[in-house]
Amino acid sequence: MSEQTVTDKEFNIDTVEHASTTPDTDLPWAELGLKSDEYDRIVEILGRRPTAAELAMYSVMWSEHCSYKSSKVHLRQFGEKVTEEMKKDLMVGIGENAGVTNLGDGWAVTFKIESHNHPSYVEPYQGAATGVGGIVRDIISMGARPVAVMDPLRFGDIDHPDTKRVLPGVVSGIGGYGNSLGLPNIGGEVVFDSVYQDNPLVNALAVGVMRHEDIRLANASGVGNKVVLFGARTGGDGIGGASVLASESFDDSKPSKRPAVQVGDPFAEKVLIECCLELFHAELVEGIQDLGAAGISCATSELASNGEGGMHVELRNVLLRDPSLTPGEILMSESQERMMAVVTPANAAEFERVMAKWEVEYSWLGEVTDTGRLIIEWDGETIVDVDPRTVAHDGPVYERPYHRPSWQDSLQADTFRSSQAGQNLPQTGQELGRALVDLMTSPNMADVSWITDQFDRFVGGNTALSQPDDSGVIRVDEETGLGVALSTDANARYAYLDPYTGAQLALAESYRNVATTGAIPMAVSDCLNFGSPEDPEVMWQFAEAVRGLADGCQQLGIPVTGGNVSLYNQTAGRAIHPTPVVGVLGKFDDVGRRTPSGYERWADGQAIYLLGVTADELDGSEFARGRGHLGGLPPAVDLEAEKKLGEILINASRDGMIDAAHDLSEGGLAAGLAEMSLRFGVGARVAVDGICERDGVDPFTALFSESQARALVALPRSEELRFTDMTSARGFAALRIGIVDATSGDLEVAGPFDGGSFTIGIDELREAWSAVIPSRFAGLGEATEAVRQEK
Amino acid sequence: MSTETPLIGDFHAAPGATPLGGARIGVVTFPGTLDDRDAARAVRLGGGTAVELWHGEESLQGVDAIVLPGGFSYGDYLRAGAIARFAPLMGRIIEAATATSGSRLPVLGICNGFQMLTESHLLPGSMVKNEHLKFLCKDQVLQVENTSTAWTSQFTQDELIAIPLKNQDGQYLADPDTLEALEAEGRVVFRYVGENPNGSRNAIAGITNETGNVVGLMPHPEHAVEAGYGPDDATGMRNGTDGLTIFTSVIASLAGGAQ
Repeated sequence: MSEQTVTDKEFNIDTVEHASTTPDTDLPWAELGLKSDEYDRIVEILGRRPTAAELAMYSVMWSEHCSYKSSKVHLRQFGEKVTEEMKKDLMVGIGENAGVTNLGDGWAVTFKIESHNHPSYVEPYQGAATGVGGIVRDIISMGARPVAVMDPLRFGDIDHPDTKRVLPGVVSGIGGYGNSLGLPNIGGEVVFDSVYQDNPLVNALAVGVMRHEDIRLANASGVGNKVVLFGARTGGDGIGGASVLASESFDDSKPSKRPAVQVGDPFAEKVLIECCLELFHAELVEGIQDLGAAGISCATSELASNGEGGMHVELRNVLLRDPSLTPGEILMSESQERMMAVVTPANAAEFERVMAKWEVEYSWLGEVTDTGRLIIEWDGETIVDVDPRTVAHDGPVYERPYHRPSWQDSLQADTFRSSQAGQNLPQTGQELGRALVDLMTSPNMADVSWITDQFDRFVGGNTALSQPDDSGVIRVDEETGLGVALSTDANARYAYLDPYTGAQLALAESYRNVATTGAIPMAVSDCLNFGSPEDPEVMWQFAEAVRGLADGCQQLGIPVTGGNVSLYNQTAGRAIHPTPVVGVLGKFDDVGRRTPSGYERWADGQAIYLLGVTADELDGSEFARGRGHLGGLPPAVDLEAEKKLGEILINASRDGMIDAAHDLSEGGLAAGLAEMSLRFGVGARVAVDGICERDGVDPFTALFSESQARALVALPRSEELRFTDMTSARGFAALRIGIVDATSGDLEVAGPFDGGSFTIGIDELREAWSAVIPSRFAGLGEATEAVRQEK
Repeated sequence: MSTETPLIGDFHAAPGATPLGGARIGVVTFPGTLDDRDAARAVRLGGGTAVELWHGEESLQGVDAIVLPGGFSYGDYLRAGAIARFAPLMGRIIEAATATSGSRLPVLGICNGFQMLTESHLLPGSMVKNEHLKFLCKDQVLQVENTSTAWTSQFTQDELIAIPLKNQDGQYLADPDTLEALEAEGRVVFRYVGENPNGSRNAIAGITNETGNVVGLMPHPEHAVEAGYGPDDATGMRNGTDGLTIFTSVIASLAGGAQ
């Protein structure tokens, strides 16, 4: 170390005054993830070198994760492309912890998806657990009671040894945390693909509801009001989580990053939820902010810059789990289960009473000022003196260069039909039946209940639908049945072939899933998982996906209310497929009207209709994946058709015309038919002749093509006329393809192929379908621990 | 004026419109309790009045019966139910449930509540982690083997019911003498049917004390009280309401002056 390097001891006392008199001191800005021009900008803003504590704050707040510096210029489209019509139900837009949508009857709903990808790879249990914890605190910060969670998950190859380390840990982390909070887990996704081998995607969605008057915002208003930190104590965990873990790629040459992962305590969070709701109910807080990425740095600078513009804090008052932490570490710590609030002096005593009731620790840190400065002291000596806006909002903004990848054209030219994999396709009844079974027993189509049975779906008593139905559905108002539906979707293979279309396909599928259960789609939240923004080809994928999503939302008339960007999802230079996960929220006037995704036993003899048309769209499909092929162009998007299909499904549900509905997506009609029968173990007899004839496709295409804007419905024969009148009035294709057969226990598919038909026993299919995931992961308790130790 | 989000099982909602509406049943909330609102809803749908009780208080507020709901009180730290057992209100509950004069307070412990009952020795045995080491959530079929308790009088002997099971520490253990006594005295109230979901000895899902006023069970009857939100049953998806009978049983036994 050179003489001018700041030593640990000096770190503690690097005051503003000291910084002014020692301008030439070397600071570890590079180690903290800042670039040299970013550091120069900080010096320019302050007119001097930053103190160690200021450097810590700027480094985390200007990290990719917190500042969105690479994505901001693109994300603006979500705001710019919102029309007045789309805003009509929007009560709080992007920018707050989570957007808020009006549900009517005085109710509002808030939801958001976030990523916890890198922590979950480094330490699967804690990474996934704290992902749930973080998103739930975002929801509480808005004044809402969290009512459900969902988890879109993507893992590496199902048979890779490291997947056996990551998956069980992630699943038990989500369960261990979410189950302890009393939040039903109502759905999500499970995808296996080797592109996620060293970079699993662990996204978490939470939804909360509130009365209109309970909406809370993160701002520090009212000069003289007190600033309080409450919840868990601050420890050394998660230091550098945002700046190091979430904003860099992994590389074997670097040391283990496990200490940068936060450690969760779900009990503390559950108490914090109830305690915050009691504070809101008693109107004891003026502003509130959860502590997530960048901890106290983020909370103080955001609260201050959103309010009157000033705050004065004594950092010594922070309750510590580890008394040896330096001020900089305290500012950067991402210890979980903490909240910061602004309280009037008059309410302070009552605030303390609520803390005592819930046995929650708290400490008064300082007060709101009108100086326009965020002043942080350590034992009375000033260690931070900044304009909070420069920390929270005026971070760097990059116009990263981007260009269409050189390989994109050849990828798109490599269609499934023209490839080796696309030859010798199943033709006879026997081959088609075999292909259907192979599809349903492939890792991505298999039963995920081994995973979802580790999550509580009943708690709260308001879950009307959950996995495996198309959306999760939660009742909000017990008197009226008012409620919400939620689905999250992404098809990264489509997005790899064409990011613009792929993002719209994710939106379309999520929209369709919500409408399929009978809910009216209202709002969108996204979690954009991509590789390194410093790679112009990845940046092009990102720019295209955002443009596609923003255009798609505009066309469907539903706004993006919030979300999250996760970049640097790549290891050793290899990026994941672009994975824009899209969550759509829909509304039910009465969740009692929700439509399940399968035929129930009493539905014997009901008519099965296919809605929508089928084209030859096998590129990027699950069938192509089964043959190891990825190339060509994804299915065409027709958002006008999606809107019409949505209207039909919503009206049919509201008017009680249909008793089951399931959207067609991955695996096409074959998967849709199989899943509808597997739902309640009820068979069906269908024929594809009509599809082949009307749409000019062969039986294989009719069964396995992934054309969009399609769904299957089952309805009583007494409703057929009313239903077909509705579809023809809208000019939407509807074709009766068969009937529900509750007696045979078989799915029988007839068509213009050799053999005339094939039959699949539902029980046998279920046995194979539900064995796929347990056969890889059951009984891995101790083995997983051993692998973890080795890591 | 701000209102508490009246989301789930409002404690203050009016009782069901039945002549038994007078029964007041206390639902105890500990830090980390999750299913208190659900239990309150079940009491209400069963025709009673739910009374919100806080673990740190000393008064039972004159309630006619007590439900210790499920959840992770104190995060299951130390052992599930081990810390909650020392709450001030638990002392009052233990006294009232074992009173030597007058009638004994009916007490139902569900899941974490069952764990509190074994920790406080109102019921014998204890619970450890599921044999397969995972949290498990599923619709579970049970056989009702004792219909003479305060909480099961409206079931028929050996009736099969389906209610949700959801827990991590649900494996019931007891020494061989205790198990023998429970079986011999007919104190096994609920038994798992089909595959044993957690390795419980003798497939025991729920038991009672010698006087039949205290019942503990691992599965969740309060999640099977309302069609549309319970387990699947023969009439359709999520239509199962078998759990409601537990709550109507205790309300009926209170009205009839049983015990």
